[in-house]
Amino acid sequence: MSYWDKEKECMPRKELEELQLRRLKETVYRVYAFVPAYKEKMDQAGIKPEDIKTLKDLQKLPFTTKQDLRDNYPFGLFALPMSEVVRIHSSSGTTGKPTVVGYSKKDIDIWSELMARALTSAGATRYSVIQNAYGYGLFTGGLGVHYGAEKIAASVIPSSGGNTRRQIMLMQDFGTTVLTCTPSYALFMYEVMQEMGIEPPDLKLRAGIFGAEPWSENMRREIENKLEIDAYDIYGLSEIIGPGVAIECATKQGLHIAEDHFLAEVIDPISQEVLDEGSQGELVITTISKEALPIIRYRTRDLTSLDKNICDCGRTHVRMQKVLGRSDDMVIIRGVNVFPSMVESVLLNIPGVEPHYLLIVDRKGNLDQLEVQVEVSEQLFSDEVRKLEELGAIIAKEMESALGVNARIRLVEPKSIERSEGKAKRVIDRRNI
Amino acid sequence: MAKQISVFLENKAGRLSHVTRVLGDAGINIRALSVADTSDFGILRIIVNDPARAYRILKDASFTVSETEVIAVQVSDSPGGLAAVLEQMSEANLNIEYLYAFLGTSENDALVVFKVEDIDKACATFKEKGIKFIDEKQLYEL
Repeated sequence: MSYWDKEKECMPRKELEELQLRRLKETVYRVYAFVPAYKEKMDQAGIKPEDIKTLKDLQKLPFTTKQDLRDNYPFGLFALPMSEVVRIHSSSGTTGKPTVVGYSKKDIDIWSELMARALTSAGATRYSVIQNAYGYGLFTGGLGVHYGAEKIAASVIPSSGGNTRRQIMLMQDFGTTVLTCTPSYALFMYEVMQEMGIEPPDLKLRAGIFGAEPWSENMRREIENKLEIDAYDIYGLSEIIGPGVAIECATKQGLHIAEDHFLAEVIDPISQEVLDEGSQGELVITTISKEALPIIRYRTRDLTSLDKNICDCGRTHVRMQKVLGRSDDMVIIRGVNVFPSMVESVLLNIPGVEPHYLLIVDRKGNLDQLEVQVEVSEQLFSDEVRKLEELGAIIAKEMESALGVNARIRLVEPKSIERSEGKAKRVIDRRNI
Repeated sequence: MAKQISVFLENKAGRLSHVTRVLGDAGINIRALSVADTSDFGILRIIVNDPARAYRILKDASFTVSETEVIAVQVSDSPGGLAAVLEQMSEANLNIEYLYAFLGTSENDALVVFKVEDIDKACATFKEKGIKFIDEKQLYEL
């Protein structure tokens, strides 16, 4: 088992909590003093910084949401003057005003440190050749991984996203050992490899660190079997810092949240009550060491549960379960919550079915309709209409028992569902609600 | 016995014309065809002059294709001709999955393509009952 910073990653809980409390208090004082929006919210809730005496007092503080970042666009939540901000990242803003995040020199150092831990946890070393196919630019994925990879002194190929054939050529020619990208892009790369006549044994690829979108255990199996690698899940979001907030270790039993820098809670997304350890709900994160953009109780919209038991890897940091889905990716069909990841799990359990699918939600009259488009794989293709219809019926049946809502299954041609080089688009909602 | 090429087609405008154009441009001649359709997809089944090449060309053009073994039977082109063959098949308990007629005919016979469950048994039965079926080479050269 290798660690980047054993002392921090395996810190005894008591010592860790002392550090957390000290940092939390400091953060709350800073936002109250320097960020008017936080002061206003805390005043409204009748909370003063000195009311935070224990870690449990965190629950007294108001939540921060994506809307708060938008309302204070672009730099309103920054706690440092711009002269101290050395980097700005931003979301794409496809669903409204982009959210903007800033970093001080020390923030960048911490982020690099977190990514160094993450890469080490997934088995990367200074001897690794890391091909970083996360997009470079305003998106935090590219530069976040990049700085961490340089920190551990690995050789980085900053290939960024796109141009898949070239990615594979680089992988082969430069002897890439670790690939970082979204899980859906990894599978797409495999398809292109097949077209190019390249098999996994032709490559030196050993591991992949995949994130930026929820993916199921079945999808992990699929990637591991096809690419013949170990696939690790990494978690992060720009509002908190970017990739590296949490990472899986070799046991692949949940992702360790870097608790010396972040406090994690799980809440009921409706009642907003903090849930007990082990209960499933929305992840809420508080940053306790960030300078430029400290964030108090950020509602991530990601659904997971927490486990504080000490992991077999020796790390003491709390583990979050692989993210099941995002509360905003979730589609509610006839009152039933459906996550794309559930559909993915069902499909991957049916032999020969490809994990390429698209959910189309529509409303006919007053009734929601769910259509799931599934690609027919070459192996499954049968000359007989009857067999294809049987397959459709099997998928529909499995889908209904897993989702609790019936779906119309539409078999489509291989490679007809759009492949993504970044985050995959899994849902099209045509309802005008 | 003969090789039939089957192509999966989504029910979308232009798919069938695309397949036939790809084959036409490659100089592949279609001898017989049939389309099975459901509300969402169809399967195009064709007998061509060069099945191996047609399979490769369609694959390269990213179609979902498969090869299937079928039998082309000579049926007397007169009233009751097909009935006579089907009756004999039924007596021999041969299960037919689908069949379709050939576009071209040879002399006084019509040609019918059969996909059966047990192709070896079908061949044996046809031989025994004196039903004529044409071999692969003959078929492609028609």
